[in-house]
Amino acid sequence: MTMSAVHPAPTPPGEDAAAELRDVHIGFRSGRHVTPVVRGVTLRLLPGRVLALVGESGSGKSLTSLALIGLLPPGAEITSGSVVLGGDDTAGFTARQWREARGSRVAMVFQDPMAALNPGFAVGRQIAEPFRRRLGASRRDARERAVALMREVGIADAETRYGDHPHEFSGGMRQRAVIAMALALGPSVLLADEPTTALDVTVQAQILRLLARRQQEAGLATLLVSHDLGVVARMAHEVAVMYAGRIVEQGPLDAVYTRPAHPYTLGLLRAMPDGKEEGGRLTPIAGLPPDPRRPPGGCAFHPRCPFATDVCRTEDPPLAGSGGRSVACHHADEVRAAHSGPDSAAHGAPQSGPHSAAHSTEEDR
Amino acid sequence: MGRFLLRRAGQAVLVAWGAVTLVFVVVRVVPGDPATLILGPDASADQLASVRADFGLDKPLWQQYLTHMGEVLHGDFGDSWRLGGGAMSATLDRFPATLELAALALVITLAAGFPLGMLCARRPGRILDALVSAGSLVGQALPSFWLGIVLILLFARQLHWLPSTAGGGPEAVILPSVTLALPFVGWLARLVRNGALEEIGKDYVRTARAKGTGEGAVLYVHVARNIALPVVTVLGLLMGNFIANAVIVEVVFSWPGLGSLMVDAITNRDYAVVEAAIVTITVCYIALNLVVDVLCVALDPRLTPQNA
Repeated sequence: MTMSAVHPAPTPPGEDAAAELRDVHIGFRSGRHVTPVVRGVTLRLLPGRVLALVGESGSGKSLTSLALIGLLPPGAEITSGSVVLGGDDTAGFTARQWREARGSRVAMVFQDPMAALNPGFAVGRQIAEPFRRRLGASRRDARERAVALMREVGIADAETRYGDHPHEFSGGMRQRAVIAMALALGPSVLLADEPTTALDVTVQAQILRLLARRQQEAGLATLLVSHDLGVVARMAHEVAVMYAGRIVEQGPLDAVYTRPAHPYTLGLLRAMPDGKEEGGRLTPIAGLPPDPRRPPGGCAFHPRCPFATDVCRTEDPPLAGSGGRSVACHHADEVRAAHSGPDSAAHGAPQSGPHSAAHSTEEDR
Repeated sequence: MGRFLLRRAGQAVLVAWGAVTLVFVVVRVVPGDPATLILGPDASADQLASVRADFGLDKPLWQQYLTHMGEVLHGDFGDSWRLGGGAMSATLDRFPATLELAALALVITLAAGFPLGMLCARRPGRILDALVSAGSLVGQALPSFWLGIVLILLFARQLHWLPSTAGGGPEAVILPSVTLALPFVGWLARLVRNGALEEIGKDYVRTARAKGTGEGAVLYVHVARNIALPVVTVLGLLMGNFIANAVIVEVVFSWPGLGSLMVDAITNRDYAVVEAAIVTITVCYIALNLVVDVLCVALDPRLTPQNA
């Protein structure tokens, strides 16, 4: 397998990134053997901007986000590359430095709010915990701040709900509480790992609006991890598509959705209902993602790729491009042509496109 | 909560009644005649008959049972023929000593076992974890009379640190309670370790860490809160266990508690005392279970009394 070259930073340098991954490799260690799961990811999170990380489960997108908050699961480790928070390389961080960074510099919203909340404590107390423990606030002061925060994220009757336990909250309210917790210490970087996946469809839009509003008000540099292209379209400014541990395509939301250049991105877009064509068929991507212990030679996507040729089986294409638009494919031009071809009219950008939703900030409460 | 308590109390009364009945039957089925024991082997048939009549032993069993239940309802377990005076008052005189022993044993088990289990959970598979694992097995296999004797030999005879019998001052309670507690320290540590390891893998622990909560607070606040339920449950059972186990340990250390009283009473066919002691232990066990139930409801916000 050919090693891919270290690709250039996709966003032009100049603006200071709030958080950055530089050619990060993450692997699961068992004994002396390391199974690579994330293979050279470079990302820059800019203040006030939302970067979406898109891919199937197992593509390494969650691990990538956990690396940014120093919470990789047991067994997983960063084997090379660096994670930079506000200009500081975290490689030399002590446990204490990480602890101090979490919550105040980088915070995270998790997928399943029921599991993410401690079932044994009142929700309000959990929101107040950072004030008590990190800022040393008095019990009363912490409570007041937590109640104010609960109001801000749209939890009605915050004062009376402070003492309720997670099981007494609805799914949407729980996720609001998790968001409140993440925002408590005013972080500059927000990681949102599938923040609406576990929620009712009716609640998803509310939570997305809340996240988008808070993100814009606080100028948060946000990493949105999702497999749902509709969710991504509503929030993100920029999209990075991940496949088998690598970023295969990256660029502004608009450009990636309307002019995909990687066959995997094209497949994802075609597998998504667009609401335009009633009764039409969705086209799933054939096959399964590769087993990270036995990666295919060459481009990891070639066994599932309709464009694959001999070069794809032997050579892993580097992520290359210009003007903030990059793709890792030997046949990017053909993919672009295929997408703009006559038979793709029904598979354009999703209806809830970037133009309308990404900037909608109205809150529904 | 009120209805829940009422129902549990009703069940408790039922269990207590069953226990009294069982003890009544067992005590009378065991071979040996109290009249012969009281009067000695040389007593005449007339003397035996008159003693039996005094105690009501000549009546049919069902009649004895009914009379007996009537008395028990008034708190009267009959008189001890050996000690004189009421059997129940003799039992209650000795009970605080046993309670002291069992309570201290419980405190020792919790104070040693809980932090030990948490330490193991922090580094599973390491040396301490393996030691505690092995220790809990060894502890379970040790008979308490042997452990008691070894501790006496070591700390009372060799080192002269602690008294071996009850007469030696207030610190005399230490050796017998350690004897009771020691086999269960590793056992509780294992339970805490396994519970904590399971909880540590859960999402809320990651959330707590993501907030910047320190490892100490993660373990001793977030995780501890969620393993409190099983720990309280086994501590309740353990307390009952200690009161029952005290029978043997009290004999080894000549501790003037319920256990040694009961052993004496059994050897001497002092039916009334045996029964009073067993009923006391049973009621204690039931009360502990009730306390555990109430604590569990109080600890688990999801266990509302309606569906408990």
